[in-house]
Amino acid sequence: MKWRNRWIFLGLVPFVLMVVAFQFAPILSMITGSVRPEDGTGFTLSYYARVLQSAFYLKAIKNSLLISVSSSIIGIIVGLICAYSITRFSPRIRNRLLMLSNMTSNFSGVPLAFSYIILLGNNGVFTLLFKQWGWNVFGDFNLYSWTGLILVYVYFQIPLALLLLYPSFYGIRDQWKEAASLLGANKWQFWTTIGIPVLTPAVFGTLGILFANAMGAYATAYALVGGNYNLLAVQIGSLVSGDVVNEPQLGNVLAVILALSTLLAVFLNHKMTQRSQMFNSNSASRQVRKRRTLLRPWATTVKEEL
Amino acid sequence: METRVKKTGLTHKLLMFVLMIYLLIPLLATFLYAFAKEWQTTVLPERWTVGWFSEMFQDIRFLDALWTSLYLCSISVALSLVIMLPAVFIITVYLPKWESFMKGIVVLPYAVPGVVAAVGLIRAYSSGPIEIAGTAYILIGAYFIVILPYMYQGIRNSLLTVSAVELLGSAELLGATRIKAFVSVILPNIWPGVMTSTLLSFSVLFGEFVLTNMLVGGHIQTIQVYLYQRVGESGHLASAIAISYFIFILVLSMILMKLGKRMNRGIEG
Repeated sequence: MKWRNRWIFLGLVPFVLMVVAFQFAPILSMITGSVRPEDGTGFTLSYYARVLQSAFYLKAIKNSLLISVSSSIIGIIVGLICAYSITRFSPRIRNRLLMLSNMTSNFSGVPLAFSYIILLGNNGVFTLLFKQWGWNVFGDFNLYSWTGLILVYVYFQIPLALLLLYPSFYGIRDQWKEAASLLGANKWQFWTTIGIPVLTPAVFGTLGILFANAMGAYATAYALVGGNYNLLAVQIGSLVSGDVVNEPQLGNVLAVILALSTLLAVFLNHKMTQRSQMFNSNSASRQVRKRRTLLRPWATTVKEEL
Repeated sequence: METRVKKTGLTHKLLMFVLMIYLLIPLLATFLYAFAKEWQTTVLPERWTVGWFSEMFQDIRFLDALWTSLYLCSISVALSLVIMLPAVFIITVYLPKWESFMKGIVVLPYAVPGVVAAVGLIRAYSSGPIEIAGTAYILIGAYFIVILPYMYQGIRNSLLTVSAVELLGSAELLGATRIKAFVSVILPNIWPGVMTSTLLSFSVLFGEFVLTNMLVGGHIQTIQVYLYQRVGESGHLASAIAISYFIFILVLSMILMKLGKRMNRGIEG
C-alpha cells in the first residue's frame, strides 16, 4: 500500500462510527448498567444477586432454557430426518421442496403467532372443529401454555434446521459409500463409522444456532402469550419498556445473562464449523461449496429475527 | 455426485408430504381466514368475501403504517449501501488481514438477540450527549446493525466472485484513477449481487418487530407493530394484513431468486 493512497481508508470511517455507536456502545452500556448502583457511580453486583435470589426470574431463565433446548432438539431431529430424505429426491423436486421450506421461514414472529391463534386458539378453527366432532384428545390442549409455545417454536426451528443441515448431507459423497461398500462395510457400518462422525460437528453447530434463535425469540412469544408466560426475553421486554414497575437495572442484568447464553451457543457453532471444514478441506469439495453459495447467495447467512 | 439418483422411496415421499403439510397449514389457514366471511365449526369456510382486503386498504392507519415501513426500511438500506459498499471494498481489497476480525463483528448481530440490543440501545441513548431514544434515528441505527451481516456477506461474495483485485489492477494499468475504477468497473460488475443482498435486507427489515416495538413502538408504527395491535381487534382483518405482507415478501424473494440465477448464469457463461 503506497503512502499517497492512505486517504482511501477514510471510506472506513462511517462504517466504524456506525458499528461503534450502534453495536458496541449499547453492549457496553448494558454491561455497565447491570453493575452500576442507582446513584450512578461505583460498582455493585447486588442486581445480579437479586436476580439469582429471585424465584421469579430464576423460573424465567429456567423456562427459557427448557423451551429452547427442547424445541432445538425436536427441531434438529426432524431436520436431520427430513434433510436426509430431501437428498433422496431428484434435484428439481429437491429445489422446490427447499424453496417451500425457506418460504415458510419468512412466516415468523407476529404473523406466525397469529396464524396459530386462528388454528388452535381458544376460538380457533381446529379447536372448534374438534369440539364439534367430539375429539377429546385435544381437550386439554392450550395454545397459550408450555405445549403451545413448544409447538410454535418447533415450527420456526424446522426450516432453519433443514436449511443448515442439508448442505452437510451433501458433503457425504457417494464415492465414500462406494469405497466403504467395496471394503465390505454394510449400510449400518457406513453410517456409524463414517456418516455420523462426519455429520456430528454440523449437528452440534446447528444446535447452537437453533438454541440461540429460540433464546432470543421475542416476537412470537410476545404475540402469543404476552406477559402471561414467564420467559427471559419477555421479562426483559417488560422490565425495560415499562409494562410493569420500571426497573431498568434488572432488565440489564437479565439481558446480560441472555446475551451470554446466546454468545456461547454461537461460539459453539463457530467452533463446530471449523471442525466440519476439516472434512471438506480438499479442493474438489471446496469448488462444490463455492458453487453452492453462488446459487443461493443469501443462504450463507442465517435468518434471525423471530 | 448427482449422476445417478435412485428412485425416491415411498417413505421419503410420505415424509416430505407430511412435512410440507405441517409447514404450509398455518399459511393456508391464514389465507382462507382472510377470505372467509364466517368460519366456524366447518372444515372450510361457508361464505367468502374480499371485504377484509378492501377494508384494509381503506384503513388510514394501515396505509400510514405501510408507508412508514417502506420509508424507514428504504432509508436504512440506502444508508447501509452507501456506508458498506466502500467499507467492504476497502477491507476486501486492501486489508484482507482484517477479514477474520470482520467476521467476528459481522456475527455479533446474530449472537446478540433483538431484545438485548434494544435494552442496550435504550440505555445508551436515553440520556447523555446523544439523546435519540424513541426517534427514528435510533431505529435506523439499529436497523443498520440488523442488516450488517447480510450486506457484508453479499457485497464481499460478489467482490470475490468477480475477482475485484485483478479487475482493479487492470483498470489502473489502463490508466483509470482509483475512484474511477471503483465506480465504472467494480460497481457495475458487483451490482447484481449487491441488489440481491439489498432486497434480502429489505425483506428482513420489513419483518422486524422486536426492535421497532421496544425502541419506538409508542411513537412510530410500522406494519408489524400495526399488525400486532390489530390481532386483538379483528382476526379476519389481521389475516388480510398478514397475507398481504407475506405475498409482498414472497414477491421480493422471487425477484431475489431470479437475480441470483441471472448472476450465476453471467458468471458461468
